[in-house]
Amino acid sequence: MSIIKDFINKSRIKSPWIVHFDCGSCNGCDIETLAVLTPLYDVERFGIINVGNPKHADVLLVTGTVNYRNQHVLKTIYEQMPHPKAVVAIGACGLSGGVFRDCYNVVGGVDRVIPVDVYVPGCPPKPEAIIDGVVLGLEKFAAKARGEDVSRFETRRPFDKKQADQGAVNVQTTATQEG
Amino acid sequence: MLAQYIMLVFVGLLIAPVAGGLIAGLDRRVTARVQSRFGPPLLQPFYDVAKLLGKESMIVNSWQVFCAYMYLLGAVLSVVLLFLQSDLLLLFFVQAIGALFLVFGAMSAPSPYSQVGAQRELMQILAYEPLLILVFVGIYLATGSFQISEILTHEQPLLFKLPLLFIVLGYALTIKLRKSPFDFSTSHHAHQELVKGVTTEFSGPYLAIIEVAHWYETVLVLGLVALFWSTSLWGMLALLLGTYFLEILIDNTMARLTWRWMLSYVWIVGLVLSVLNLSWLYAS
Repeated sequence: MSIIKDFINKSRIKSPWIVHFDCGSCNGCDIETLAVLTPLYDVERFGIINVGNPKHADVLLVTGTVNYRNQHVLKTIYEQMPHPKAVVAIGACGLSGGVFRDCYNVVGGVDRVIPVDVYVPGCPPKPEAIIDGVVLGLEKFAAKARGEDVSRFETRRPFDKKQADQGAVNVQTTATQEG
Repeated sequence: MLAQYIMLVFVGLLIAPVAGGLIAGLDRRVTARVQSRFGPPLLQPFYDVAKLLGKESMIVNSWQVFCAYMYLLGAVLSVVLLFLQSDLLLLFFVQAIGALFLVFGAMSAPSPYSQVGAQRELMQILAYEPLLILVFVGIYLATGSFQISEILTHEQPLLFKLPLLFIVLGYALTIKLRKSPFDFSTSHHAHQELVKGVTTEFSGPYLAIIEVAHWYETVLVLGLVALFWSTSLWGMLALLLGTYFLEILIDNTMARLTWRWMLSYVWIVGLVLSVLNLSWLYAS
């Protein structure tokens, strides 16, 4: 049985299917993300396929600032992905909200809504950096599946559900005030 | 005799999916080379399936799980029947039931993508089933039997008698493998407007089951192709390689058209070619 388990664990790193979600970016990060899939970078060499269906995906690539409107969509997509899964936040906006972080409609980085495994900085990041991010995310979820300690990959900022919920309440009060 | 049967069943059960997976891997590599890319490793389909088997099982309803297993069972049974050199009509009905269970599985989920995929899959089944039956009728007229073991004793390659029906089988093969221009219900590349069609709601281990069933189906249809040159091993191999390479080329050079186009085009071309070939057989 352990041979089969080893093969499955090995396969996890060799066959990452990605789904890409744009939380309202300026399109810069999206173009770089899609450039990764072109024949120039040819990520199918590593078994990476862009699937467009969260139920089939292993890695969620998120670009752009999360706002109060799309945080629910982001959460739903994350919850529809079967375990084991990894989340890669791409670009300055995905990491922290970027230059838009103080806007009234912006929640902040992706990690305010869902737990993020890998941060790929840049505005926009290079395609090579995005490939590196996906590979790091895969190593992390393979380690998790083997039951290893993943603290060496520890995320920069812990996932704070309470803060995200408070944000959701804020937008409702703002809406009532405006109305 | 019994030992021979057991060996044939073993070949059908275990060697067929390995061959199907390798063909899928080769397909992806050749496709990549055609698009001037390097392409994934040859064993990539096996990595994909192993990974999917290791994922959490998220199901919409239990009927869906049943349908995935029935699809696999239909595909496996038809391949085993092929290797046991059984009746072509029996094989045809078993594979049709398997194909229909995939549609039932997709229909059981209320997702619009899954529903659209299921409807399109039904259209595809509607397009290729009559053609497949006509090919079998042609084989019957040429050899006098639906039994594969008797067809194999035919001393002359069937291709010489049924050249037009071989083209018709090629259409059925392209639809069955869900390759362009007939990739309506789902395709490997998952074009965004369809997401994944008929397989949208299947995930994790159940998607792996469907993938393995698809390998079996590939072997089944290629086995039917091989029947057309069953007299020599080299002829059979050349025919298989040639047909599959042409299939990959067509996949890469054609765009997807509409299902209405598929129904009218495939039926008109398929029926005309079949009738021509059948009447020629009848006259000679």
